[in-house]
Amino acid sequence: MNEAWNQAFSRVPELLAAHVQISVSALFLAMIICLPLAIWAARSPRVAAVALTVASLVQTIPGLALLALFYPLLLGLSALLGGGISAFGFLPALLALTLYALLPILRNAVTGLSGVDPAVAEAADGLGMTRGQRLYFVEAPLAAPTIMAGIRTAAVWTIGAATLSTTVGQPSLGDLIFAGLQTQNWTLVLTGCLFSAALAISVDLLLGLIERGIRERRKILAWAGMALIAAGLLIATLPLMIARDNIVVIGAKGFSEQYILARLIGSRLEDAGYTVRYRDGLGSAVVYQALSEGDIDVYVDYSGTLWTNQMERGDSQSKTAMLDTIARWTSSNHGVKMLGALGFENTYAFAVRTEDAREKTLRTLDDLARVSSDFNFGTDVEFLERPEWQMVQDAYPIHFKTARSFSPTFMYPALASGEVDVISAFSSDGRIAANNFVVLEDPKGAVPSYEAIMLLAPKRGNDDKFVAALNPLIGAITVEVMREANYMVDRKDDKKTPRQTASWLNGKLKE
Amino acid sequence: MRVTGPSISLHKVSRDYGTVRAVDSVSLEIAAGSLVALVGLSGSGKSTLLKMINRLVEPTSGTIRIGDAAVDSIDAHILRRRIGYVFQNIGLFPHMTIARNIAIGLELAGEAEGRAARVGELLDLVELPQDMASRMPDQLSGGQQQRVGVARALATRPGLMLMDEPFGALDPVTRDNLTDQYKALHDKLGLTTIIVTHDMAEALYLADRILVMEGGQIRADATPAELLSGKVGEEAEALVAIPRAQAAHLIALGKSS
Repeated sequence: MNEAWNQAFSRVPELLAAHVQISVSALFLAMIICLPLAIWAARSPRVAAVALTVASLVQTIPGLALLALFYPLLLGLSALLGGGISAFGFLPALLALTLYALLPILRNAVTGLSGVDPAVAEAADGLGMTRGQRLYFVEAPLAAPTIMAGIRTAAVWTIGAATLSTTVGQPSLGDLIFAGLQTQNWTLVLTGCLFSAALAISVDLLLGLIERGIRERRKILAWAGMALIAAGLLIATLPLMIARDNIVVIGAKGFSEQYILARLIGSRLEDAGYTVRYRDGLGSAVVYQALSEGDIDVYVDYSGTLWTNQMERGDSQSKTAMLDTIARWTSSNHGVKMLGALGFENTYAFAVRTEDAREKTLRTLDDLARVSSDFNFGTDVEFLERPEWQMVQDAYPIHFKTARSFSPTFMYPALASGEVDVISAFSSDGRIAANNFVVLEDPKGAVPSYEAIMLLAPKRGNDDKFVAALNPLIGAITVEVMREANYMVDRKDDKKTPRQTASWLNGKLKE
Repeated sequence: MRVTGPSISLHKVSRDYGTVRAVDSVSLEIAAGSLVALVGLSGSGKSTLLKMINRLVEPTSGTIRIGDAAVDSIDAHILRRRIGYVFQNIGLFPHMTIARNIAIGLELAGEAEGRAARVGELLDLVELPQDMASRMPDQLSGGQQQRVGVARALATRPGLMLMDEPFGALDPVTRDNLTDQYKALHDKLGLTTIIVTHDMAEALYLADRILVMEGGQIRADATPAELLSGKVGEEAEALVAIPRAQAAHLIALGKSS
């Protein structure tokens, strides 16, 4: 237990620093936008109406969706301007969080500034103050406590929402939460939650101190609050200031197999003398783009994913022909080098309980189609929208009674408990064997091949030392070994961390 | 008595709010050093007329001069710094001490020296104790607050004072006190003062010239004595009738007891 806590805590300083950096940057940007806008809006009801409506609209978009929206937006912008804008990491996270922070700051600033007693404003005019003087001497000081309360709300929201920026490749305390959720490592989840909550609470208290100082006109309180915040900022971001050169960034999507393979790649590169960082929990759409832009250096993808998502192909080819086509496509379109296939497949596999398979004689997807009208379907959050589902439906007349989405963590227990009757499992997942689930065959070959393949960023393709360190992994991992490795991380008892499992896996490589 | 206040002249001044004409082609000469009361019912245009002099309201047409200079020949905020303005809602700055409230005009003018001394002088002038200087506005009574309002308006030594129902929200005793004291201040400093009021009794007591407004026009222009003698016409007579009747009633009561 102590071991797990130590491992979780050891990642905190760096992630906390990145978390503070992105939150503070977003908050400052929001303040820079909102305060002048609020001054304008306080004098023009029309501007106030438009600005507040837009800010409220933004607030109705879920944080995760807002982050996801900035990815294609920035990609489009980058294409329009001939490249140079990174759609990955800091920038999309900054923009999304800034938009999120606008409403509370803007609303409070407009309320504060336009809520100044008309008699006081008339006195200011009567005394011969210019607009600027009225703002400086009268309106700003009177609105300050209200404005400060808005900044305080925005700060707490931003710190909370920043945990979601993990999904677009910006490191944050969310890395711990997402990784922990995927591998059912509650120590990681708890650590991530604990530190982001502690950060939010302490910032809230300190900003509250400043707010009280302003409201009660006790300057010493306000200054003390500001000094404490400045000191906290400095200490929290200290890990960022230690410069590191030539860091290798290894990408991983958000499930156990990816975490393990990333650590396996990382440990081999560390042995070869590289300094390594991980970007975990990236979305499928984000990760390939990030690699081609050089934001990450290496990751493992699956042939079918690239085939259907990036290359937008709907046809099928043999495994080897498909790999050749993909290698040529990535190299000529993005300069991305496909180092090779790792030797196992992780495809969509329809799995049922053993009893059902026996009693209803289920062996293939044709058999499933026969009973599908009585079956409840459990699937991951994206499968129903993916082309593979369309391909399966085109090949087999399957019509399920109901369909429900789960995170992979909860999908397997749902099948085991009878909540659903069939799931779209992943063929390399250790929980299939561990639960004695039966995988149905696909005699018509409707689901494309999902060979695990290692992809290198353009600048790493010609790095001989880099390639030499990773080449031994090509064709070296069997599906049996990968299943076992996945299960070591996914199982409930005697769980191993992805790093421990990676070192186990390194000893099981096929020569 | 030394006169330092300017004369005022209005030439065919009008102000429209949409289709409503609040002030209708008013022409008027006010002598330097006079204390003029603008009297009328609500909506008669008296406040609008007053606020056009320091350009809190801009006229739709016509010209206004203070001394020889048209009010729109300089920036509005420069003009206002030379004119004292006191109004019913007072408008003290709640986040500033009394001293800073009084001295704010000096601060705007960039006068750094002798501010504290001037604040002391002004507190004496409006008969407030010196230890008020460090208090905050919400610690003062309404009457005390309006004394500060008058002191603040006088800080930059303006020659012209514009007062919009300045004592209207105060209790009768405080109000009577302040009215008395302001009249004395006006004479002592040689100011030109225009005071808007709906209270004819106050106007009769305070002013040396009374202008009665109705429907945006000046319907009567007379001294208090002329008004009381009933020579100025019906509108004025209606307004004077009330205090006169009240006074007669009070006298009768006094005799019968």
